[in-house]
Amino acid sequence: MDMLASFLPAGVAHHAPVLIVVVPLIAAAVAAFMPRGVMAWSVALATSVIVAILAFGLLGQVGAHGVVSYDVGGWAPPHGIEIRLDRLNVPILLLLGVLGVLSLIYALPSVADEIAKKQQALFYSAFLVCFSGLIGVTIAGDAFNVFVFLEISSIATYTIIAMGVGKDRRALTASYNYLVLGTIGATFFVIGVGFLYMATGTLNMADMAAVLEQNGHNRVTQAAFAFIVVGLGLKAAMFPLHVWLPNAYAFAPNFVTAFLASTATKVAFYALVRFVFSIFHPDVAFVSMSFTWLFAVVGVIAMMVASVQAVFQTDARRLLAYSSVAQVGYMMLGLGMGTAAGLSAGLLHLMNHALMKGALFMALGAFALNFGVRRVKDLAGLGKTMPASAMAFTVAGLSLVGVPLTVGFTSKWYLVTAALERGWWWAVAALMISSLLALAYVARLLAAIWMENPPSHHGEVAQRRLAPWMVLVPMLILAAANVYFFFHADPLVGLAQAAADAVMGGR
Amino acid sequence: MSPHLILRIVSKLLIPLIVVFGFYVHFHGDFGPGGGFQAGVIIAVAVILYALIFGMDEARRAVPPVAVRYGAALGVLIYVGTGVLTMFMNGAGEPLNFLDYDALHPDQSHHSGQHYGILLVELGVLTTVTSVMLAIFYAFAGRVPDIKDEDW
Repeated sequence: MDMLASFLPAGVAHHAPVLIVVVPLIAAAVAAFMPRGVMAWSVALATSVIVAILAFGLLGQVGAHGVVSYDVGGWAPPHGIEIRLDRLNVPILLLLGVLGVLSLIYALPSVADEIAKKQQALFYSAFLVCFSGLIGVTIAGDAFNVFVFLEISSIATYTIIAMGVGKDRRALTASYNYLVLGTIGATFFVIGVGFLYMATGTLNMADMAAVLEQNGHNRVTQAAFAFIVVGLGLKAAMFPLHVWLPNAYAFAPNFVTAFLASTATKVAFYALVRFVFSIFHPDVAFVSMSFTWLFAVVGVIAMMVASVQAVFQTDARRLLAYSSVAQVGYMMLGLGMGTAAGLSAGLLHLMNHALMKGALFMALGAFALNFGVRRVKDLAGLGKTMPASAMAFTVAGLSLVGVPLTVGFTSKWYLVTAALERGWWWAVAALMISSLLALAYVARLLAAIWMENPPSHHGEVAQRRLAPWMVLVPMLILAAANVYFFFHADPLVGLAQAAADAVMGGR
Repeated sequence: MSPHLILRIVSKLLIPLIVVFGFYVHFHGDFGPGGGFQAGVIIAVAVILYALIFGMDEARRAVPPVAVRYGAALGVLIYVGTGVLTMFMNGAGEPLNFLDYDALHPDQSHHSGQHYGILLVELGVLTTVTSVMLAIFYAFAGRVPDIKDEDW
């Protein structure tokens, strides 16, 4: 930590909190100027590397000082716009930076295959806007800017999902559905923020928390809580509000799916944690009631229902998308326990799930790139024709089930431990059943990949065809991370526990 | 003799005035209602009126779609560039933060820097809003065939 705190030059270190969101924004404009897709891609990749470096630097700063605050425009909070980093949002920032780099390495061959040449530069530009929006949500210190950045990222997301139209026209309706629902979610969220502003007279989140603690709660703040939970729940694909997700993930370009699946819902989940734990407090009666009767319940239902739905999907990416909804359920269950152990288990699962789903969607993208396969039954024989990608897929798939020696086991272990601490035996049972269901749908994919023979076309058996190295390397890194962080769980577990302690132990 | 003589001449007279009014709204934005967004819309409306009267091809020749695309990006760069500029200009020796307009002008007693900063930022907004309005207009207008003269 101490080493991390000082590797950035002093001037950069001072401005790092704002640079991390400004650099992608500048790069988005620069990428739009680029005449060719490859040049825009270089800009995007360089940006993501800078973001990752800044995120590591900020991790060090937060490790040293606890909270890093930056006054935009020199106006001090609570009146000015504050950028605020603490132990809760720095891990999310790190996740965004690292997965941004990995998925952008992967992007070049994948995007070249899926998106028309003259649209590529603008596609990377839209992606960078989305990237900077997600970073903005993570670092914003006031509630209104969370909304602004949420909208920036969402609008860019609708665009890049719709770019899947090159391969499948249904991308347009998927994106449109997401647009309608996402806008409703954002509206609910901003209504909630408006109510909070009415009740507290401030938009700064730390200030809001202080005022609420002093003045207590009333109907207005309760309504605000409900609106905010529904709004952010929509963005985070909390169970009954997840209907936009399967189609959006299934028809978006592969690179977009890989990136969004490992970051976008995570950022919304972070925002939910920030509001529920930091602004409202778990000790408040209606908040703690919502833990048991809302988050835990919808979490468990999501774990069951979405997993069952996943088992019966024919499209491979839709299958994994339903699994993502189920995994959000795990995180909601962790949140719903309302204890530091539960929240840290949920956050640990958030990071681990990013590692798994990143690798899984990248592997599916590689299959689609080489053979154009999308349905589960078309995955037949890929273990023989694309062994490296199939291996990465297998490792990440087993991690998704929660097999020992993978990170999936680690986070489920922590979830079970936290549930037992709370005395929630039914949650443990739900976790077990959901893991069995995960085994069922992952087994369907793995059986097709490894057990069946490669298809033959006019008597000609499909030949071995390795994915390009730019696709393989980030995928294998993520798959390896799934195993590595089982044996070296301390860094991730440490981050998650520090994050949970930061919001739980605040008062 | 081309048809719609009155429409053509009146709009030729009006279009420069609309643009001037757009800039008035922009530069007056920090004293009264208005600002970059509204000004951008008004300036875009001038071009849209031109397209309605003289046809899409003429409008595309006057404001090419490429310029619209670059204009949208340029506006963002002006806005962000202002913020980055203030980070590099250290007013009175102490480091200033992103978008701290006081760096832009030495006259601290009247906060002239704040004035210039807002104008610059709004100029970026104006550029992007004009461009995006036109981009949306071009995208929609480009989809349908132009209305034939007999159909007016």
